[in-house]
Amino acid sequence: MTSPGPRFTALQRLLHWLMAICIISMLFIGVGMVSTVMPKYVPLITTHKTLGMAILVLALLRLGVRFYSGAPALPADLPEPMKLAARLSHYLFYALMIAMPLLGWAMLSTADYPIVLLGGVRLPAILPRSDTLHTLFWAAHFYLAFAFFALILVHIAAALFHLLVRRDGVFEAMAPLNPTTPRD
Amino acid sequence: MPHSPSSPRLTFGAAAIIAAVVAGSAAAFAYTAGWLSPQRLTPPKLVDALAPPGGPALGYRRNHAKGICFTGTFESNGKGAELSQAQAFKAGQYPVLGRFNLGTPNPQAPDGTVRVRGMGLQIATPNGEVWRTAMINAPVFPVATPEAFYQLLHAAGSKDPEAMKSFVAAHPEFASFGAWAGDGAWTASYAEEPYNGLNAFIFIDPSGTERAARWSLVPAAPAVTITQAELEKRGPDYLEKEITERVRQAPQRWTMNVVIANPGDATADPTKAWPADRRKIEVGTLVVQKIEAEADGSCRDVNFDPTVLPPGIRVSDDPFPAARSAAYARSYDLRTAESRYYPRTPASPKP
Repeated sequence: MTSPGPRFTALQRLLHWLMAICIISMLFIGVGMVSTVMPKYVPLITTHKTLGMAILVLALLRLGVRFYSGAPALPADLPEPMKLAARLSHYLFYALMIAMPLLGWAMLSTADYPIVLLGGVRLPAILPRSDTLHTLFWAAHFYLAFAFFALILVHIAAALFHLLVRRDGVFEAMAPLNPTTPRD
Repeated sequence: MPHSPSSPRLTFGAAAIIAAVVAGSAAAFAYTAGWLSPQRLTPPKLVDALAPPGGPALGYRRNHAKGICFTGTFESNGKGAELSQAQAFKAGQYPVLGRFNLGTPNPQAPDGTVRVRGMGLQIATPNGEVWRTAMINAPVFPVATPEAFYQLLHAAGSKDPEAMKSFVAAHPEFASFGAWAGDGAWTASYAEEPYNGLNAFIFIDPSGTERAARWSLVPAAPAVTITQAELEKRGPDYLEKEITERVRQAPQRWTMNVVIANPGDATADPTKAWPADRRKIEVGTLVVQKIEAEADGSCRDVNFDPTVLPPGIRVSDDPFPAARSAAYARSYDLRTAESRYYPRTPASPKP
């Protein structure tokens, strides 16, 4: 799973930044829509469902690409706890990127809501109606969203730490554009 | 290839940048979530304001808590097909389920104490479209905005006798509803009531043309008015017994009318009825064929969210469907989490 190159592939970097925009938008839309009764509630919900499905598809695609292309090695001198945190955070990201849309879909299915996306696309229910399961999925979707946002904050802090403090090429490995000539 | 310097050092500048980015992101998130805006009207605040002084009835809908289920058909005559692409308007018979209810948060409220009666309705068509609506018997809504509704709930629930007076004084638009509520024209049957959608929606016709519309169900059964005192004398659950018996004897019918706004008619204010000369189309008949106790009924687990709409109908600038959708979802999430408190009968569907 480790590619020989110093950077993620162009496709991996594209998926990372595209999904970063989608997921951050998604979390803001989510906390915004559940705290308003204004008319924007309706388009926010529809956008949330549509974006969620897009993220699910992108996450599965990205998982496949990760298996195929691997990831650059972490700097050899990175302390072991930081290496462990880096690996663990990647597992958490993949788990959340795939689980959150599925939990949302399951939450709507178990409440017997028709699931209609932008453009009138209808999705089938993936589970039968159930009070118990709806409550479980609702709680999981709600609380994991905050965990997801916290994970993103830690990820951003870590990325900036690599960029500004360690200057070890980890940020450049996922930077959207080609980095300038490497420092000596 | 970049490599790490021998001793990475956390400079003040780097620390400040990292802290600013993280704190700024967290603050933006908190603001979006409403944590920095205690005055924001949120679905939980709106739903909590519905609760009676002793607290909400756990496991029940947070408003219109008392009700009884029905099933039947919507017989579409096809005349609505020129107004909306929804399959429900194409000539045919479509299965419906619904719920007669009282506008109260108390599932044990005596029937004679609640002026507002409602109907939740779901029409499902073979192509998978689902249309849900929740209507009431009042001809207009009491207030023009969700914020005013929240204030009304506070005024109505206040121990201060002046609270309601000052609310009415500050909200002249309440007068039409107030006049209806005080007119004394009660009936002793769910079957004798009209059910009005009140909110304006946009109908999209087959050519893509959009028109603002409201719908109503007009009962075939003639209304026999009785006094509130007489209804109270008939017992706390008279309406449910009456509708069960009446439907057992014969299906009950309502004509569905769609009224189209003229250009310029206000669509954002459900306190104002449109003038009587507006184009009105009879699009079909609701036939209620079977009554089911709520605990065993197919309506029990349905959230009659007014934004569950088929293609061919969408929300307008009327602010209520969105606010109701947000509040109904909150109510649904609460009552499903409390389902152990809801008195089920052995025949009830599993939670």
